Amino acid sequence: MSDEQREGIAERIASAVGPACSVDAVLEAHDVTKRYILDDIEVSALRGVDVEVCRGEMLAIMGPSGSGKSTLMHIVGLLDHPTTGTVTIDGEDVSHMDPNQLATVRNKRIGFVFQSFNLLARTTAQANVELPLIYAGLGGAERAKRARAALERVGLGNRLSHMPNQLSGGQQQRVAIARALVTEPSIVLADEPTGNLDSRSGIEVMMILQELNAQGITVVIVTHDARVARHAQRVIHVRDGRVVLNECVEDRIMAEQETALLDKELAVDDLVSMSVNAKVTT
Amino acid sequence: MNLVESFRIAIRALSANKVRSVLTMLGVIIGVAAVILLVSIGTGVQSQITGQISGLGSNLLFVFPGKMDQGGPGGGGITKQFTLDDLDYVQSRLGAQGTVIPMMQAPTQLRVGNRTKSSTLGGSDQNGKDAAAGTIEMGRWFTRGEVVGNSRVAVIGSDVRAEFYPGQNPIGRKLDVGGQPFTIIGLLAAKGGSLGGSQDNVVDIPITTAQQILNTRDISGMLVDVSDTNQIEAVKAQVERLLRPRFADQFTVFTQEQTLGILSTLLGTLTAMLAGLASISLLVGGIGIMNIMLVSVSERTREIGIRKAVGARTYDILSQFVIEAMVLSVLGGVIGILVGAGGALAMHKWVPAQVTFWAVALAFLFSAAVGVFFGVYPAYRASRLDPIEALRYE
Repeated sequence: MSDEQREGIAERIASAVGPACSVDAVLEAHDVTKRYILDDIEVSALRGVDVEVCRGEMLAIMGPSGSGKSTLMHIVGLLDHPTTGTVTIDGEDVSHMDPNQLATVRNKRIGFVFQSFNLLARTTAQANVELPLIYAGLGGAERAKRARAALERVGLGNRLSHMPNQLSGGQQQRVAIARALVTEPSIVLADEPTGNLDSRSGIEVMMILQELNAQGITVVIVTHDARVARHAQRVIHVRDGRVVLNECVEDRIMAEQETALLDKELAVDDLVSMSVNAKVTT
Repeated sequence: MNLVESFRIAIRALSANKVRSVLTMLGVIIGVAAVILLVSIGTGVQSQITGQISGLGSNLLFVFPGKMDQGGPGGGGITKQFTLDDLDYVQSRLGAQGTVIPMMQAPTQLRVGNRTKSSTLGGSDQNGKDAAAGTIEMGRWFTRGEVVGNSRVAVIGSDVRAEFYPGQNPIGRKLDVGGQPFTIIGLLAAKGGSLGGSQDNVVDIPITTAQQILNTRDISGMLVDVSDTNQIEAVKAQVERLLRPRFADQFTVFTQEQTLGILSTLLGTLTAMLAGLASISLLVGGIGIMNIMLVSVSERTREIGIRKAVGARTYDILSQFVIEAMVLSVLGGVIGILVGAGGALAMHKWVPAQVTFWAVALAFLFSAAVGVFFGVYPAYRASRLDPIEALRYE
């Protein structure tokens, strides 16, 4: 990061005013801290974080590795417990829930998209997407119907019975997104969703997340990549376990346009390689 | 999540590691098959022996020298043997209430020409045919005259005939018993084998002749064939009264029922012991299941994390792994039952094995219990995994 950028951020921290939710908040984390012991040394991953996710928004939590952004996502995703502080989902305080109650909240209200996809191996795309519905107690026919609809929504309607290892990385991540969507959760949490993908697949995944957001689904993306973060409407910068900046994205990247751009670049590449080939043949 | 779903997941997980699943099951298969086989043999032998005794008729009293408790021979051993004189004395006092038949048994060597065979010598009298020997297939039983006259006549079992006169009529042929020449006068109908060897490898001769050959004045025991079945207890009391002045309490009178009871208890204990030994292998099979389930849980930590992330509760994970262990053990149990029952049927030619419902039911329930017992701990460990730890697991 250049000095200029650093100054810019410092300026903006001074004037950091997160846009208060005009509608209700889907998710609120209040004064969350997380400490854990690693090799006899106490590490403070989070040092008092406040986050508010508004219904229908697309938010990015951004920070370098070790900043605590993943820990934050795990805590607001109810996969991990805060040392202190409260987490509220749909107005309900989840701080004192037992593991089974938390599992039910995750099942009904939260959809996860992980960097490493986390699909069940040797299990078809459809069965993977049905997984949360099994734990929601839905019958087989209803599950199949909903899973197919979710896979069609991410453009994989023709890949229902493919195993994860028969799908490309981008397709696998889309299956994971379908799995996150299928329960109609209040919020989709995506942890480095493009981290393991090539740029084209990454753009496709961002496009799907933007489309879903446009359809009214609340999306939170955790990333270290500023470019990925700029696909969101708002970015929270996390560093050393603290929120250092909360800004609205002015020049938001729309993945759809990126795809078009990429297609054009490829077309240029093709032209170049064609002319090279032509030269070789002559 | 319902049970059908858990079963589906379990089957899918097990078929993903077919070789491992089959090898794990093998422990249970062997255990259950061993239980079924040994219990079948035990019950088969038990029912055959008791069947033979009740086949003799329910109106028999067995009189043996020496004091016996309900459980078997007591301490001290046999101090004084019966003789034919005791038999005559009891018979004369009982009169028409019953027929007293002498019994004698001893190992012996048979020979025809240069062929020899080890066999069991039985001594009895003219009344002993039904009570002691069974059905005559060919020829006849010995007469009173032959008993009184120490005749060298023999009634042979079917094994003896098969050895010396296969496919021929043995009546009137010669046979050496204990080095003495005998004439065969009868052939007994075949009865089949039992635990102590074939019952058809016998030679029955007059009691007096038997005493001569064995050079003794003793007899092994007496059978009292009571005329009126309702009087059996009264006759028993009378026999005891008659023998007490001569033998004090150094003799035992059993009714058919008591004999059956003692034998059943003895053989039942033996069967239970065999089942117990076989269960140890089932236990080992169970430990195998536990071992593989622990491996499976740590291998699938990430899967557990994924399931938890999308909403699986503690119970869901617990039941998934318990059911997986149960499917292993029950499937192994069913295969084991088939193998064990098949083995028992195959052995039927040599051993009177009998596959009983309770043995099958017990083996099945036991194998299911093994699955639950040894599956719960690994499943509990799986269900208690922290979702974030599980997801991070490499």
